[in-house]
Amino acid sequence: MKQFSNRYIFVFSIIMVVVVASLLSLAATLFQPAQRKNLEIEKKRNMLESINITAIRDNIEELYDKYITEGFVLNYKGELVEGIDAFTVDLRSEQKKKIEEQNLPVFRAFPDDGEKVLILPVEGKGLWGPLYGYVSLRSDLNTIYGVNFDHKGETPGLGAEINTTAFESMFIGKKLFDNGQFVSVKLVKGGAKADDVHGVDAVSGGTITSKGLEKMLFDCLSKYTEYFNKIMI
Amino acid sequence: MSNTEKEPIFSMKNFTLLTGPLNKNNPITVQVLGICSALAVTVKLKPALVMALSVTIVVAVSNLIIAAMRKYIPDRIRIIVQLVVIATLVILVDEFLKAYVFDVSKQLSVFVGLIITNCIIMGRLEAFAMANKPWPSFIDGLGNGFGYGIILVIVAFIRELLGSGTIYGYPVMEKLGVYRTGYENNGMIILPPMALILIGLIIWVQRSRNKELIEN
Repeated sequence: MKQFSNRYIFVFSIIMVVVVASLLSLAATLFQPAQRKNLEIEKKRNMLESINITAIRDNIEELYDKYITEGFVLNYKGELVEGIDAFTVDLRSEQKKKIEEQNLPVFRAFPDDGEKVLILPVEGKGLWGPLYGYVSLRSDLNTIYGVNFDHKGETPGLGAEINTTAFESMFIGKKLFDNGQFVSVKLVKGGAKADDVHGVDAVSGGTITSKGLEKMLFDCLSKYTEYFNKIMI
Repeated sequence: MSNTEKEPIFSMKNFTLLTGPLNKNNPITVQVLGICSALAVTVKLKPALVMALSVTIVVAVSNLIIAAMRKYIPDRIRIIVQLVVIATLVILVDEFLKAYVFDVSKQLSVFVGLIITNCIIMGRLEAFAMANKPWPSFIDGLGNGFGYGIILVIVAFIRELLGSGTIYGYPVMEKLGVYRTGYENNGMIILPPMALILIGLIIWVQRSRNKELIEN
């Protein structure tokens, strides 16, 4: 094998890094529009799933426009914030702000069964990365109508179970409030009792994901309590 | 190419490079490399095919690039250079999938990124591309990619058929009407251990047919 000088090795590495970096940034720029569109469709699909509507790729836009008719943004006091599109609010960056400055998106949906549903986005941390999803509430603002959870990189078969229908369907009919007190829904290790309206089974082998999900639900949904109190009167 | 000193593009030697990994030199069943992803992405045929294609592209193109640069790569940093080439290609493939086959990309999730750690690719670069010309290296990459892919497709075919009752998403079992006879999909075959058992069975069949693969 030919011997190379240190100088050669340095120059070689620098050229390699520059070439690779420019190639990758070029690719990122080229693919960005298509990727952004995909994420938007994915978001709509997740919202539809939280009101128990399964969409295929081709009819997502159509179903979204049909069922999810309205979106608006609130502040922490439950007052309407004008001039912000609820769909484009990025919950992760909102959560980094102080609570007084956070924008809280709400979506209204009208499924075929005549129920008036509020869809609330949630976002938190799992074991390996962010968790996110949507919780939809019946018009009593207490009973869960449906949920959709997703994650960036939880362990397949363990933490990743949170986005299976089997897991998500356990949330349907659970209650957020107990005598007007916000208690959220807990993930019970070893399985929740059948009559527990505030508990569902935790994911076995996914303790940290379960804890993260529980915290996400509590933290995100509790911010809406002011709003709930306001519109219940 | 009329040059008699040069090898023809599809010489016997190159042909063996392509077909060897399909059978006697298979990366999964003989060299037992790349098992992890083979267990994870073979629940359905579509992600298995996309994964097989992605690995084939990455291993063939990285083999080609490394072989073309092999005389200029300083020996002391060759592993780094190999990794950079592989990582770049994997990111390109990943970005491409995210842009154009989003659903599959979601199913494959971390496993596209983990192609970087797939031992088949590093193995081929070290063992073949660093010592051979670009064209044979490219062929060798294709061969190994196909060898990996064929096992993935076989396993995914069996798992999707028995586990979900479909082939490439088409509901075969339902159309055949076997559910009416009381047949049910086997939930266990969807779990990773069954993939391992299936690969084990493939290895068994292969070794019983190729006596030279059996160690003493």
